[in-house]
Amino acid sequence: MLKYLFKRNEDIPPGTAAVFFGFSSIMWFVIGTGLGSFNAAKLAFPDFVTGTELFSFGHMRQVHVLAVIFGWISMAFAMAMMYITPALGNTKLWSEKLGVWNCFLWNIGLSLGLTLLWFGISSGREYSDFPWFIDLYIAAFIALPMAFNVWMTIITRRTQGIYTTNWFFGAGVFMVTIVFIVGNSPEWFNLTGLSEAYMTWWFAHNVLGLWITPIAAAIAYYTVPKVTGNPLYSHRIGHLHFWSVVVFYSTPAAHHLMSAPLPEWLKSFASVEGVLILVPAIAFVSNLLLTMTGKWHMFVENVEIKFTITGVMMAIPLNMQGGFQQTRAINWYVHGTGWIVAHAHLALLGFSTFLEGAAVYYGLQTLLRRKLYSLALANFHFWFLLIGFSIYWISMTIAGLIQGAGKIYEVPYIDVVIAEHPYMIARWIGGTMVFTGNVVWLYNMYMTAKAGTEIPEGRLPHELAYER
Amino acid sequence: MAFREYKIGARLFGVALGGSMLITLYMPTVDMTSVAVTETGLTKQLSYGRIGGFSYEDPFLRGEGKPKTVTLTKDPSTNADMEAVQAFVYEPGIPFPSGINHPRTLGPGVTEVSLDKGRIGEADDTAGAVFLIRRGTHQGETLHYIENATATRGWKYDQVLNAGGDANTAYVGSGKIMFVREGCWWCHTLLPEQTQDWQYFGIPPRLGDYNGESPTAFGSDRKAPDLLHVGSRNSSKEWMMMHFFNPRLVQPHSIMPRYDYLWGDKDAEGKAIDFDGWRAAYNDYAAGETLTPPDVPSYASNSEIRYLMDFILSLK
Repeated sequence: MLKYLFKRNEDIPPGTAAVFFGFSSIMWFVIGTGLGSFNAAKLAFPDFVTGTELFSFGHMRQVHVLAVIFGWISMAFAMAMMYITPALGNTKLWSEKLGVWNCFLWNIGLSLGLTLLWFGISSGREYSDFPWFIDLYIAAFIALPMAFNVWMTIITRRTQGIYTTNWFFGAGVFMVTIVFIVGNSPEWFNLTGLSEAYMTWWFAHNVLGLWITPIAAAIAYYTVPKVTGNPLYSHRIGHLHFWSVVVFYSTPAAHHLMSAPLPEWLKSFASVEGVLILVPAIAFVSNLLLTMTGKWHMFVENVEIKFTITGVMMAIPLNMQGGFQQTRAINWYVHGTGWIVAHAHLALLGFSTFLEGAAVYYGLQTLLRRKLYSLALANFHFWFLLIGFSIYWISMTIAGLIQGAGKIYEVPYIDVVIAEHPYMIARWIGGTMVFTGNVVWLYNMYMTAKAGTEIPEGRLPHELAYER
Repeated sequence: MAFREYKIGARLFGVALGGSMLITLYMPTVDMTSVAVTETGLTKQLSYGRIGGFSYEDPFLRGEGKPKTVTLTKDPSTNADMEAVQAFVYEPGIPFPSGINHPRTLGPGVTEVSLDKGRIGEADDTAGAVFLIRRGTHQGETLHYIENATATRGWKYDQVLNAGGDANTAYVGSGKIMFVREGCWWCHTLLPEQTQDWQYFGIPPRLGDYNGESPTAFGSDRKAPDLLHVGSRNSSKEWMMMHFFNPRLVQPHSIMPRYDYLWGDKDAEGKAIDFDGWRAAYNDYAAGETLTPPDVPSYASNSEIRYLMDFILSLK
């Protein structure tokens, strides 16, 4: 890929940026989940790799979190945008060269930022942990070039209307840039106190609500109709989804701080808006599941649909939890416990990862014009992700309920730690399964690029899945 | 972008997102910045210094460029006995916290009294300064304000440091940096919850407890006891020392990592600490081969563990 950095734009083959992003994202996924598995081992066995500053839990935890968010999830999004946006506009990516540079600078900046975090050089603000100069780098060399490329591709499209997926892409890159710049502004202007604490969570919430959730959903709006051949069930429900995301998902930030001394009106407002998240959620899930009508056999037979529909169905428990756990009636019990950790992994490792995984599988095969090297390994990947994640989610949910009970009955904390121990071991086993699945995935995609059967012109990869 | 619908849509989009930001950013910020800082809030910002994460004065998070908290029982200039006070000492070049640089952030009342009676406007960070927290009134309301003792009482930073001595000096601000850098807040929250926690972890914080503090390091994922009032529950330095060196010494079921590396290379007498020897002896003890664990080494007065312990014990 690096050889294209200094080529003329016309000489770079279409899809180069997307392939570059695709492989980068898989590599970050392997790194991120490897770190996750390592951290989980430390929670289960505290003297595992002990006595060195760099390998202590407090130095590794945030590296795991930001590696999966900025490396895996966001780069897989960029990958999807680099090939889906032009495909839906019946055009080429506005600038392949900008895309290649974007990916290159993204990898450099993220490696640098995570290294600093690893050494403990942090702003001390969760999810916006990067020190301010890394934030500036991310805004200037990661978010803005991506947003510009996506916008210019949509503007120079050769279709009349804009398809649902591209509304979300166009709005998402715009919103994430605003959210990133505004959310990190306390560091640039040295804002302090509760305003800073609240803005930290305003950022964390909106990155999820205006970037990760809608872009993951937008990918499903593409993959399901494309692979099944069914048209989207309803554009009107798509409208409802889009507008309710913008209105309802951008407002409940304060529900992350329900037990902090924020103004009460703000918490109540956030809580009500938080329940309304169910509107886009139900619109999205029903729209996608109804699109599957008559093609449900593909849920079993086809890898991309298997991933996508699993992700879509995970949005049901995800939003049921998300909508209600933040109300005062429930939040006092589960706030700050493993329940929330399980919920966060349901959003990022369950819902969103499965949707992006499908986009990366599908995109790499289409762009490389090569059939998947091994369907068996892809199924192995799917089941290791799903079973590993399920073990993780169930064990952390139980651990969270134990913690919640310990919290409200105010039992000595050490008894909670003792009671949680078996679930910490289960969490580590689940996380390690996810990591193992991803290593297999990286191998499978590498072999696909190297030795996959070529796809003839005019055929789609999934049509050939069972042919030799 | 030829369609009329997209023009309407783009405008509606701007209205929706702008309205959302008006309600979720502008209105809460106006609300929260109109709150007067409490005594807790003043103590925190004066003892932590300007900023608690990455900063110009401390780019590698080593706890540099932070004030010191000195407990005084004698007036440093006259040497006369007086009621114990906490003095926050800013040596020359140590940047001031937000409340001194931007007194408006102290909130209504506190700002005026700190400026008029406390004379904080005269403080100069190139010359160093000593601050105290005082109780006063403003328009009939009792409040706490900052007094610039360098201006009002002529206390010089070096006089105060000498009067206090190392035993009465706490590196609270540097310790907060250790707390952030070492990721203590990934497991220990600093936020007792309003709905419970009162009995076990103490009173939840109030709205004015945070003015000027950055970052607040609330923590979101509690895997260990809340620490906001830990200094009131347990103020034993011996216990803390053993617990930081190897938590399993005092709590066999703890899953906290060992922070023995914060001791640095040398102990309080300047002798090299034999970590390998200690670990071997501890392993023998853990295996049941010896009856008592090895002694935890003493820590040097400028070691990172001293900073961290000073911070933890300041959380009353």
